[in-house]
Amino acid sequence: MKSFDPRVNRINPIEEKTEMNIGEAWEPYEVFHQKKRGDHHIHVGSVHAPNAAQALLFAKEQYGRRQNCVNMWVVRTADVTQFQYDDADIFETAIDKEYREAYGFKVRDKINAYKKQQTESK
Amino acid sequence: MYGNGYTSPEETAKQKPDPLAGEDLQQLALFEERITHGEKIEPQDWMPKEYRRQLIRMIEQHAHSEVIGALPEGTWITRAPSFKRKLALIAKVQDEIGHAHLLYNAAETLGKSREAMINDLLSGKSKYSNVFNYPATTWADVTVIGFLIDGAAIVNQVINAKGSYGPYCRALERICYEESFHLKQGHDALVHLAVGTKTQRAMLQDALNRWYRPIIHFFGPSDKASVHGTLLMKWKVKMASNDDMRNQFLDQYVPKIRELGLDFPDPKLNKNAEGIWEFSDPNWDEFFATINGNGPCNAERLAVRRWAEEHGRWVRKALMNPSQKQVLPLS
Repeated sequence: MKSFDPRVNRINPIEEKTEMNIGEAWEPYEVFHQKKRGDHHIHVGSVHAPNAAQALLFAKEQYGRRQNCVNMWVVRTADVTQFQYDDADIFETAIDKEYREAYGFKVRDKINAYKKQQTESK
Repeated sequence: MYGNGYTSPEETAKQKPDPLAGEDLQQLALFEERITHGEKIEPQDWMPKEYRRQLIRMIEQHAHSEVIGALPEGTWITRAPSFKRKLALIAKVQDEIGHAHLLYNAAETLGKSREAMINDLLSGKSKYSNVFNYPATTWADVTVIGFLIDGAAIVNQVINAKGSYGPYCRALERICYEESFHLKQGHDALVHLAVGTKTQRAMLQDALNRWYRPIIHFFGPSDKASVHGTLLMKWKVKMASNDDMRNQFLDQYVPKIRELGLDFPDPKLNKNAEGIWEFSDPNWDEFFATINGNGPCNAERLAVRRWAEEHGRWVRKALMNPSQKQVLPLS
């Protein structure tokens, strides 16, 4: 095989069969980045790495090379526990959840009625 | 760089007459309803086998294209004509490899290991974008790739980012963001030649002449009539026909070449009264011959990729953990 590109000819490219062995691609780590101090860390994707320190290095290259970033976390994907999408109905809220929300508590009418009553009784 | 839902004739032949045979119809109805409502499908969701198979094929092919696409440009880094161009080209090539990683991850969520995908690339079983089977013989080629091939890829990727598979859409979103820089730096380098000396203009015109046909081939042959396309469109795996994407690309980019007083070597290349771009027969036989391994650079691209694999092996092996089991990325 002769290339027009001298660089390719110099390296002696391999024409016979070559295979990657199972495990050579390492294992995935989930990556979280923090855009600025004070922000939450947000999941941005994953990288493949042989260990956590290496995963941080790859995460920086992959997800931190352009946009602002002040910190990163990596977590072994195998260590993440999650709900199943099949069980999504567990997140459906009861029809009436007023007791759990700020809007469920209104006192202004009572205060106004009390004040009116106080004025009238004087 | 590239993403193309191109389906080869062998692939179509492999297609079962009834790709939905044996599927749970109740699950299928729920799945299709979710897609119709514009909801994304996530890796843990139930999905038809055909949806999974087609997505793996498509995302994997896209990932390989990023890896192989970095080769014709990467070799020009040391010969870039200025320091600024060299910095931009290094950044772009790094982005392309980063895109490959993002895409391999997205494909892995569907169950195929990264090792299996890379082996299918190395053995020639998996395809990658046909444009990278052509040589980048001059610096002008690099500018044409940067502007027009990346431009075509953006048309494709922006459309696909609205597809139904969550991990692929998320990867494409990030990719499209970075591609905008690729396009700008490509346009800048191309315009620099176009407004330069006579020799520079001639070099650019020569590159345009040689890349015209691969660019017309880029989106693949017309697939409007394909039944196969209909199912993929319904499932939002494929978001537009090859012809529609090609037309959108020509509409955006032909004027940008013509305003520079340059043109493509095709007297029939023109927009008709209905707004459709017409062009001469681009010789699809050449396209099929190339994608099936007989293009000018197929052998070289894979041989260089195998070389990279062999020469990086000692690093990967030294850090390998033999007891580790295959884990799919989460999203």
